[in-house]
Amino acid sequence: MALDQPMTGDQTRIHDIGYRSYDGPRLGRSYATRSLYSQSLRGAYGLGRSAKSKVLPMLLFVVMCVPAAIMVAVAVATKAKELPVDYTRYAIVMQAVISLYVASQAPQSVSRDLRFKTVPLYFSRPIETADYVRAKFAALASAMFILTGAPLLVLYVGALLAKLDFTDQTKGFAQGLVSVALLSLLFAGIGLVIAAVTPRRGFGIAAVIAVLTISYGSVTTLQAIAHAQNSTDAIAWIGLFSPVTLIDGVQSAFLGAATNFPGGVGPSNGEGAVYVLVTLGLIAATYGLLIRRYRKVGL
Amino acid sequence: MFDFRVTPTDPYDSRGTPRLLHGLTTGVFPVTTVVLVTVIATESLSKRFPRVTALDRLSVDVGPGVTGLVGANGAGKSTLIKILLGLSPATEGRAEVLGLDVATKGAAIRERVGYMPEHDCLPPDVSATEFVVHMARMSGLPPTAARERTADTLRHVGLYEERYRPMGGYSTGMKQRVKLAQALVHDPDLVFLDEPTNGLDPVGRDEMLGLIRRIHTDFGISVLVTSHLLGELERTCDHVVIIDGGKLLRSSSTTDFTQTTTTLAVEVTDTDEHPDGTRAVREALLARGITVESGSGLPGAGHILLLTAQGEETYDLIRDVIADLGLGLVRMEQRRHHIAEVFTEGDEQRKEAAVHGS
Repeated sequence: MALDQPMTGDQTRIHDIGYRSYDGPRLGRSYATRSLYSQSLRGAYGLGRSAKSKVLPMLLFVVMCVPAAIMVAVAVATKAKELPVDYTRYAIVMQAVISLYVASQAPQSVSRDLRFKTVPLYFSRPIETADYVRAKFAALASAMFILTGAPLLVLYVGALLAKLDFTDQTKGFAQGLVSVALLSLLFAGIGLVIAAVTPRRGFGIAAVIAVLTISYGSVTTLQAIAHAQNSTDAIAWIGLFSPVTLIDGVQSAFLGAATNFPGGVGPSNGEGAVYVLVTLGLIAATYGLLIRRYRKVGL
Repeated sequence: MFDFRVTPTDPYDSRGTPRLLHGLTTGVFPVTTVVLVTVIATESLSKRFPRVTALDRLSVDVGPGVTGLVGANGAGKSTLIKILLGLSPATEGRAEVLGLDVATKGAAIRERVGYMPEHDCLPPDVSATEFVVHMARMSGLPPTAARERTADTLRHVGLYEERYRPMGGYSTGMKQRVKLAQALVHDPDLVFLDEPTNGLDPVGRDEMLGLIRRIHTDFGISVLVTSHLLGELERTCDHVVIIDGGKLLRSSSTTDFTQTTTTLAVEVTDTDEHPDGTRAVREALLARGITVESGSGLPGAGHILLLTAQGEETYDLIRDVIADLGLGLVRMEQRRHHIAEVFTEGDEQRKEAAVHGS
């Protein structure tokens, strides 16, 4: 047999390596799901993809972090008693950047697979529909959490360097992280549901931006009108209809944040509970819709 | 020519020292890793959609080897593959792949099976290597093994330096090779190839068919390959299953079809003495009691003589006849009967449908 050929002596022969069968481990569904998760997460920052596709996500990441760094620098230099912006407020202020990120990366994550018909290759492998959806959802939510959490970390580290009160800062930082975690899940879900409808990436980007900005624009306008007409009760209820104001409401009710709502009146505790329910309900609904969508795509 | 030999017991060395097999001898070793009598078995399998019946009580047994699944477009080939992958429940009946029930063991089946879809499925901005590595991991291969198997598999399907380039710039033939590689990368026991020759030119088609043949002979992987062209499968497959309108039309081994007699194709040159050499040979052969067909309908009709070889002496006779006439022998080759010729009378109409598509 060929394997018995002595390997010593003339080593310069050209060997043809024949077909080798694979008897190693096959790690199954959960490993495949994790692989898809890490590939999608890396892809959300353009890693493992062309140089061109790294530009936008990296740029947005920098844009998210630079203001935080500046604030920290100012706080350290002026020996301020507190940071210029609350942890919970940062994401609300930077919402345009976050929306742009989810609009660009959600279609990148799912529309490509649909457009180039790669989806059947996934489903002809051990993973199930739900595994695919979970991996994609978790990957985009994680990417968004990195995007929104990193500047908070910059603020926190800076605040400690500026020798601000440790317990205050840690509490604020934790509240901020909970808030951006919710925001990441909500935005990722909405972005993916919209992107998964169309195989066209351009449509996906436009649709996600439209949904996020139009909903926010109309909600804040209505709130302003309600405020002008002194119907302050309505303000909180109107806030339920856009993702950004939802997060704003949740964190001002439970995470000690100052609200961005006109009049500075956030939802009360009862209304806040509704906000939390609606937020969680929306996240669950986007997950359900994605599962339904991919049941149909199949092979 | 390559000589692929692997012992069934070879443990795959995942630490990265490639096992060198010396390629000098012509000995052929059996490479079957799993001894299975039946690879695919269906039992009155039906799939009904509200308006159409895609599969109608299909019962078929497929053994190891290369099996062709032939049918017109819409005959139910793709539906059958979907059911066999455990992705679409059958309306009634049952099916087993590699001894696993498709209704309950879908994930286990998909771990041991490869699938090459009919349509394009490759993202253009990724290289073949990156793509196949990812697909290998999606099949459960650990990262190191995924990279090694990808390099091996791409080489086996005939993709070399170009595997580092984005796939958007690939020719159809190269894309088909990548699609095949992603189906083979996890060393499955069985692959489903859905119309792998679609869109290929004649040369690419022949190369693909040769590759499909090697998947079984050299890699030891059983193959179920679909086509709407019966003719191209007869050279490649051990067994052909023909379905039409979701019903089984015929299932038999290609040797049953084609090897009862040997047909010889003979082509000769013309000379000044015999301006029509073909006719001269035909007449000379007729004089010796051998009937010759003109081979009409086949490529090169009019210049090719078809005759039935009775044995060794027929070859000698032809050689002598041509030598006596002073003609040059361009070629004399064995030609197997076309499977299509096997269908007679009752099957005639359905055969038309199966061969030409609708």
